[in-house]
Amino acid sequence: MAEARVWGLVAQFDDPAKLLHAAEGLRDAGYKRYEVWSPFPVHGMDNAMGLSRSKVPWIVLGGGLTGMASALLLQWWSGAVEYPVMIGGKPLFAFEFATPVTFELSVLLSAFGAVFGMIGLNKLPTPYHPLDKIAMFRRVTDDGFFISIETRDAKFDLHRSRELLESLGGRHVTVVEE
Amino acid sequence: MSAHGPVFRDNPKLDPAVAGTLVKGGYAVGGLALLISVAGGFAGGEETRKQFFFSYLAAYMPFVTITVCAMFFSVLHHLVRASWSTAVRRVAENIAGNIPLMAVLFIPVLLGMHDLYHWSHHDAVEHDPILKGKSGYLSPAFFVARAVVFFVIWFAIQHFFRKNSLAQDESGDVSLTYKMRRLAPISTLLFALTISFAAFDWSMSTSPHWFSTIYGVFTFAGGMMGFFAALALGILWITGRGALTSTLTVDNFHDVGKLMWGFMVFWTYTGFSQYFLIWYGNIPEETIYYITRQNNGWMSVFILLVVGHFFAPFWILMSRHTKRSRAMLGAGAAWLLLMHYMDHYFMVMPVLHHHLHFHWLDLTTLIAVGGLFVAAWAQRTVKHNLVPVKDPQLLASMGYENAV
Repeated sequence: MAEARVWGLVAQFDDPAKLLHAAEGLRDAGYKRYEVWSPFPVHGMDNAMGLSRSKVPWIVLGGGLTGMASALLLQWWSGAVEYPVMIGGKPLFAFEFATPVTFELSVLLSAFGAVFGMIGLNKLPTPYHPLDKIAMFRRVTDDGFFISIETRDAKFDLHRSRELLESLGGRHVTVVEE
Repeated sequence: MSAHGPVFRDNPKLDPAVAGTLVKGGYAVGGLALLISVAGGFAGGEETRKQFFFSYLAAYMPFVTITVCAMFFSVLHHLVRASWSTAVRRVAENIAGNIPLMAVLFIPVLLGMHDLYHWSHHDAVEHDPILKGKSGYLSPAFFVARAVVFFVIWFAIQHFFRKNSLAQDESGDVSLTYKMRRLAPISTLLFALTISFAAFDWSMSTSPHWFSTIYGVFTFAGGMMGFFAALALGILWITGRGALTSTLTVDNFHDVGKLMWGFMVFWTYTGFSQYFLIWYGNIPEETIYYITRQNNGWMSVFILLVVGHFFAPFWILMSRHTKRSRAMLGAGAAWLLLMHYMDHYFMVMPVLHHHLHFHWLDLTTLIAVGGLFVAAWAQRTVKHNLVPVKDPQLLASMGYENAV
């Protein structure tokens, strides 16, 4: 069996404030492929990591417009073109009666866009992750705060990245294998 | 964050010299406009007098709904134990403090009852089976009694929540917060009932043959949007005068903008619900309301509301950038306040004018009610702290961020 390749480094931090500070340090050092792990959301982390805006709103907009267009088309085509039936003296197509279905389908596909867009952008589900093997990392769902850096990062250097993590207050810096 | 925790370090008072112009100017312009309106309205004949009362009602309704919805906002804060709204709550309490002023400004509506409300004519009701059937509810004495009850309830709620909030500024007593929380649920129920019936009485009964059960919710939705627009302008004005600049930040503006946008959509939702059911049912006694309002020039106001009260602000204010820009949020809020006025104009004015017809009294009565409203709010704003300085939740409402 071939020797396991190195996935990256992980370090533990004492509290959210140190985590935030360390994230700022990595951002300022030019790292891109690093991740911050915390049991709860840390306010200001987006800025500290230098994350750009989420793309979810655009997916939601796409879902909403798709829902709107398909609902209008469906009602107009089926009711006024393909199978016109006069019901209750109403027009074969009118925005008045088309609005509820259009609204509902826009909301439905927007919500799908929000939920599945978020799940997809978070790369979920992830059944296996290299960090799962690190014993101390289990505390991430309880009281552990961690930062991991991947070898994919252009700035990654096993020696210097480890030193940087330690200088930013990271403890138990561990090499993670794939 | 304990390490980055916010500290309240602003001056909690507004410099009286800064607000003096708004207070004096508002009372002067509003009072003068009221005098001109009354003089102009009663100098002419019966038609001009009717015009005065209808113009006055169209100007009064948007402001009274904003006022009671501001009261509801301060109740809602305690009902749901909110913390984010603490920093803007005093602005709402100060708008709600206009309830006594609104009670005084309601007197012209009572005086104009015979011109505004067809059902108040005894002879007309005698020969009208529909109105006769409603005469148990729509009778002048009961109408006045209900209005008194509404104002007593609103004053009591407003007074209770504002008095305890101001008392906490002095004592910092946490038990006052619990005291307000205890009375928030019953206040909410009373608010829901009173604003619905006030809408039925004052606005819907100008078309006494017609009825819509969602009218109260519709009025509430528009009122909440109007309130959030007023709140946005209020905090923009306060911070623009150099006060509270480190307490109220772009994230507070953003949140108020989101709620303004949300209730704008809710107004559309309820307004469309009303329109849709009437359109689908297609019963003459119901459709008459929209037939009046879609013909003879009124269709232009109808379209203005659909586009200006929904489609345009829906897309423009949906963006995070516009809600976080002082100029764009201010312009959006001012526009939506104008639309809030047009909404109420559209409800009552077609009763008087079969054909769309603007009158100079529309403008002067709007300036009259608006001027007095703004002046009374500004006067209260200068007198008290701008935020509940000793509210235990104040720091939690500062320094938060809306995630990107």
